[in-house]
Amino acid sequence: MKHLTYILSIYIQECIVSVCYVVIALSISLSAYADSTQLNSLTPDQSNLLGAYLSRVGNCMGCHTAKDGVNFAGGREMYTSFGIFITPNITPDKKTGIGLWSREDFWRALHLGESRSGRMLYPSFPYTEYTKVTRKDADAIFDYLMSLDPVSKVNPSNKVYFPYNLNPLLYAWRELYFKEGIYEPNHSKSKEWNRGAYLVQGLGHCRACHSSRNLLGASQKEKFIGKKMTGANWYAPSLTSRLEAGSGELKISEITELLTSGITKRAVASGHMATVIRQSLQFLLPDDVRAIAIYLKSIGIENSDAASAESFPVLSKDIRSQLAQGGKLYEKYCEDCHQSSGKGVPGIYPPLAGNRSVTMVSPLNTILSVMNGGFPPTTTGNPRPYGMPPFQQIFRDEEIALVVSYIRNAWGNHGSMVTEIDIDRSRSGSGN
Amino acid sequence: MRFLCLTALFFISSLTSASEVLSGTVPNTMEERVKACTICHDNKDRIGRDAYYPRIAGKPAGYLFNQLKNFRDGRRNYRPMAILLENMSDKYMLEIAHYFSSLQLPYPPPEKINIQPEEVNLVDVLIHLGDPERDIPACKACHGEALMGTKPFIPGLLGLSHTYISAQFGSWRNGGVMRGQSSNCMSEIAKRLTDEETNAIAKWLAIQPVSGRPNPVGTISSELEHRCSSIETEDIYSK
Repeated sequence: MKHLTYILSIYIQECIVSVCYVVIALSISLSAYADSTQLNSLTPDQSNLLGAYLSRVGNCMGCHTAKDGVNFAGGREMYTSFGIFITPNITPDKKTGIGLWSREDFWRALHLGESRSGRMLYPSFPYTEYTKVTRKDADAIFDYLMSLDPVSKVNPSNKVYFPYNLNPLLYAWRELYFKEGIYEPNHSKSKEWNRGAYLVQGLGHCRACHSSRNLLGASQKEKFIGKKMTGANWYAPSLTSRLEAGSGELKISEITELLTSGITKRAVASGHMATVIRQSLQFLLPDDVRAIAIYLKSIGIENSDAASAESFPVLSKDIRSQLAQGGKLYEKYCEDCHQSSGKGVPGIYPPLAGNRSVTMVSPLNTILSVMNGGFPPTTTGNPRPYGMPPFQQIFRDEEIALVVSYIRNAWGNHGSMVTEIDIDRSRSGSGN
Repeated sequence: MRFLCLTALFFISSLTSASEVLSGTVPNTMEERVKACTICHDNKDRIGRDAYYPRIAGKPAGYLFNQLKNFRDGRRNYRPMAILLENMSDKYMLEIAHYFSSLQLPYPPPEKINIQPEEVNLVDVLIHLGDPERDIPACKACHGEALMGTKPFIPGLLGLSHTYISAQFGSWRNGGVMRGQSSNCMSEIAKRLTDEETNAIAKWLAIQPVSGRPNPVGTISSELEHRCSSIETEDIYSK
């Protein structure tokens, strides 16, 4: 019986987590729009629950847990062009974790990027975004972390390359790129919009990926322009451009569906976004997801940079022949699921025709999807997803290039041709 | 016990999900859902671009589930599998394991390989008696009377190719199969076997016709069960 209970608990763990959040929401009347200012009278237990929720929003566990490691005990390696950062243990262990920290220490780390010892933290810890989090939310997260079981785990030190390992450089970097400050509401916008902006710019740290970083690793201003992710082999598309992942033209319900279930009629989350959805976004309160969607939709720029069909050159005979070869492969291997029309099957197999992920300037994500395949994240909304085969197991690079070029140019799509070299580069991590 | 409970729950959850209706023409079946798997793992072993893809149909569900978890969590190293499983829940992996386990696909005919009588004798002893002096248990003590495995965690040894079995021996010796698990029975056993013995076993197994059934649950001695961490379920289901 003990076993059965135990297993049941595993099965319903995720449900419990979700239910807990709803319970928090009801029991403490957590307004989705407030910055938690009415939460002064929280008991420690309530603060822990709120902290648990907020730590999900920030996905602290995602980075502070090694593969197959204990949650929050750190040890995950984060590869960047500046070095390999190893995430620290943030369980309340006194020797190896943050057991000796106070709320003030935690606040300084989150808000100022300073460790308890006064050492400057590297911005691989996104304090550049977390600085926007309110003190009360930070305290709730801290209380939650302190309520965890302490885990004794010493993690290796960061391996930062020269010259980034020189501390003065960090000070200079902060001078140039770090702006301390809690999120300031924009009073001309709705409470909902402001809540969304607070979550996206702060705890959600979306900009850590969805923003171009300059040579010194700084995110570019407030913009959400796309960029190949630092240290990760995926392209994080722009959240503003209508040619990439801008939400300007999407319905709010479509945005929330993608963020919580990982799949909609016309899109599916892959790569790191799939992980973020599985680990974090699917657990968000509906009001919070809606707020995020409202904010994202508002920053989707309705620009007119969509190239019209006329602006594309007439295809040479050579290119047409390559596309025809790609079309043959498509017919044999892809059409079963994505259909000859390229329209896919809504909610199961994403359409390729008119899919911005397929046509955007960087072909990287499409190449990776064809090469590696994958399953959409398993979420409450999509618990038994249909998978995409990893075609690099049976295709040569040349064939992957042909088929990707084809889908980027069939059914009215327009995208650059992809070569074998692009395929190889995407494998080694130097794709653009 | 744990596994039985999990299995029972799995069937309960299958019943509830069977009523799901999907739009379009996509079959609401596991076969359709796991096309990502069957491109490599069809009804026989296959040689792929970079690796050998074993047949997984009919293998014990617990064994398959353990392997899926090991790939996803980095205890067994093969990047393409890790990428595929990266964002998959335990519950769905268990359903996939049960699906492949339930498949009754015809086996390929035995391979035609020359084997010397001395080699047959060597294998015969190892299969039935093992070598207590070197602490090598008899193969059939775990893999079943018919060498078709023991439910729910021990895989069968027949219907596999010579190449695959040889490769597995190599991987166990080098720690590639169950990396990070401190006491792994097959890893230890493979290190104790001589090259001559592993070659003979791989050949002999590959030329056997497939017959018989897996041993039922609970037929492995507790000593062996204890020895082989790969079939200890405690930590596998507790996360």
